[in-house]
Amino acid sequence: MTTNLQNDAGAETPIKRISIKVFGVGGAGINVLELMLKEGLPGVGFVAVNTDPQSLAASSASDKVQLETQLLRGLGTGGDPDLGRALAEEQLPRLKSLCEGVDVIFILAGLGGGAGTGISPVLARVAKEAGALVLGFVTTPFACEGARRQRLAQHGLAELKSAADGVISLPNQKVFKMIDENTSVLETFKITHDFLAAGVRGVWRLLLRQGLIDIHFADLAALLRDRHGQSCFAVAEAMGPTRSREVMDKLLAHPMLDGGQMLGEAEAVLVSLIGGPDLTMAEVNRVMEQVNRQCEHAQVIMGAAIDESFNERLAVTLIASCKGVEAAATGETGAAGSGEEFVTGLLPRSGQSRRSSRFAAPAPELPPDQRQQTLARQGRGGSRPLKGASALRQGQLPLELVSKGRFDKSEPTIHKGEDLDVPTYIRRGVALN
Amino acid sequence: MFNASSIIVGLEIGTSKVCAVVGELGADGALNIVGLGQSRSRGVRKGEIADAPAAEEDVRHAIVEAEQMADAEIRSVYLGVTGAHLRGFNNRGVHPVVSTDREISEDDVQDVIKNAKAINLPAQNHVIHAIRQHFLVDGQDGITNPVGMLGSRIEVDVHVVHGNLNRLQNAIRTVKGLQLEVDDIVFNGLASSLALLTNEQKELGSLVIDIGGGTTNYVVYANGIIKHTGVLAVGGDHVSNDLAYGLKVPLSRAEQLKLEHGANFLDEAAKGQTITLSSDLGLPLKTVNLGHLRRIMALRLEEIFQLVGQDLEQAGALDYLRAGVFLCGGGARIPQIAQLAEQVLQMPVSLGKTNSISGLKSALDQPEFATAIGLVKFGSFHQRKRAAKSFMADGIKSTLSQLFRRG
Repeated sequence: MTTNLQNDAGAETPIKRISIKVFGVGGAGINVLELMLKEGLPGVGFVAVNTDPQSLAASSASDKVQLETQLLRGLGTGGDPDLGRALAEEQLPRLKSLCEGVDVIFILAGLGGGAGTGISPVLARVAKEAGALVLGFVTTPFACEGARRQRLAQHGLAELKSAADGVISLPNQKVFKMIDENTSVLETFKITHDFLAAGVRGVWRLLLRQGLIDIHFADLAALLRDRHGQSCFAVAEAMGPTRSREVMDKLLAHPMLDGGQMLGEAEAVLVSLIGGPDLTMAEVNRVMEQVNRQCEHAQVIMGAAIDESFNERLAVTLIASCKGVEAAATGETGAAGSGEEFVTGLLPRSGQSRRSSRFAAPAPELPPDQRQQTLARQGRGGSRPLKGASALRQGQLPLELVSKGRFDKSEPTIHKGEDLDVPTYIRRGVALN
Repeated sequence: MFNASSIIVGLEIGTSKVCAVVGELGADGALNIVGLGQSRSRGVRKGEIADAPAAEEDVRHAIVEAEQMADAEIRSVYLGVTGAHLRGFNNRGVHPVVSTDREISEDDVQDVIKNAKAINLPAQNHVIHAIRQHFLVDGQDGITNPVGMLGSRIEVDVHVVHGNLNRLQNAIRTVKGLQLEVDDIVFNGLASSLALLTNEQKELGSLVIDIGGGTTNYVVYANGIIKHTGVLAVGGDHVSNDLAYGLKVPLSRAEQLKLEHGANFLDEAAKGQTITLSSDLGLPLKTVNLGHLRRIMALRLEEIFQLVGQDLEQAGALDYLRAGVFLCGGGARIPQIAQLAEQVLQMPVSLGKTNSISGLKSALDQPEFATAIGLVKFGSFHQRKRAAKSFMADGIKSTLSQLFRRG
């Protein structure tokens, strides 16, 4: 179950002494950062990065980076990611110095605006160059925020994905499934922020907490590194005697996982269980059994940890990373079909990212129409059956050559692929003459 | 006339008919069948309710008829269920014996059974039966009662029959809609086997195949326990449908042809022979080839037995059947079906007789009533258990009240 891909590396970096920094980039990012600051994450440094001095002034983060030039006159980027990018490039050394010596860097941002979209890819690149594992937790705008923002966000997401080790994006649109008519705008945004915070908290916990079954930093790194696909995460909690079952039900019903569909498509899954001192091995086993059943093809990494404050509660954090759509579409079929990825834990990769180098180039410039196509594809990625991409299957036309008479409307009786409702003599090709 | 507990009703909502059988549990514990009601079923497809209002009406007819015949009021029924969603499998529970002298106590036995019954099923599945099989003590098989034996590890197998909760609820709701209580739900195949098999046959090992209208249910007994169960959602309806399709006649006519001319064997005499169908006015409408009819039918029935045979082979249950195969359900009425089954399954096949019950003998000894009678029998086992329990409770209560009265 646990795949220690880089055991030696894990030994070199003692897990309990990992340094973690959380960067909140842009207005939304800083809001999430504030939320986490309020709840407190021991052993984590917080950095707020923005172009807008007002939001920075309101932040209580320990480090603040204001990206400012005379041009802006203290007004922020005005929704222009290029401006954000240019400013970040200008302040490269400053950002770099903040990233020095940090093992894991979280980048929180709301994509679609100027600062978050422009700065986070640059920051990710710098952080990666400084040797950290970079995880992005970002939101993409609601559909009602307009096509332009959506486009910018998707572009930013693509850039961030190519720069960071792992990006978990939360399309705000998905939150709609979780709110009702009466939820206010404020609450809705709070939900998305909570989501991001919970995601970071989940990963943080799994890295720093004393575990029954540890997840090594190296495991996480191996899971996320170079998988520029789509990642998603879900957090569920339950209480009471049947908590292990309930928590799984909740998890499978989680909107982020598309009703458990994401798990089936997942390439690698990381599961972290946190329970009180009363967490039993049987419960861990039950949850893992279910997870393993859901994602047969995935490499599953699990960890379990004890948190004193979790009395009678059980929380499961699940991070699933799927095969990148681009990678599946453009990667050589030979590599995709060889099954090699299960052995090495690495994806069949698209040409644009290099495995050995830790330097990530910014996303290549594509002609605008091609870019749009790619982005549109990526946006849909979650709901598309990705398995079909490697093994093309011919669809069956709904032509009914043999009518099933009275069983037309009822559920077909399929036995080993044969529809038993069709008369036997027809299936066996017996001629009546 | 009767008090409620002595009346046991079995209700089968089948694909072709709804059948209610009323049994009376005598003072000596003997079961006597006193009433029978049946009605054509219109709202059921492949053993599951497809048209609830129609099914409800049919159930009402059957119940009313049974009430009249038994001269009793029916308040609760044992309901038979079937359908392609039902699955049977064996599950094993393990329990270490922890007492210092390694003697297996009653508690150990209860624990191991509890372990075996703890089955991890998806939430929408409901366990209908969890039937205990033999115990194993330290790997020694075939122990029926391990209490008092010595051992360090006790295991037990249970045979679990489970199905989709919602689909089971459909049938239960239909019955409850008629202000009837459902005492319990029972897998139809299990009920049929209860009605047909004697203890000796269960011990020797037998297979009961209940060929109903929409489904074929089968149960394997070996060494006195249930070894395997299964449902195949193919039945008499499929035969009629095949005929309607192959002979190009309406479904109702196909049904009639099946009953009048159906048989399994394509004997030489039938070859080239034709049957003339006539309209209501007696005018000839169409001629169909008897040879074709027989061939279509034989192929379908042969397939049913083959599929059952394959399933048993997979489950490794074929070698246990020393008492042979027993057929029941409406499908068992097809002439020479036993010979066909014998040919396919390569073992003795006979039609099952519901001889393990008394009362209304001649009327009831029909293969299609086996399930409903079996339901009553299942109910009687239950009732006896319950009676034994309530007797104890009553006993304690009366002694207590006597004590208080004295005080």
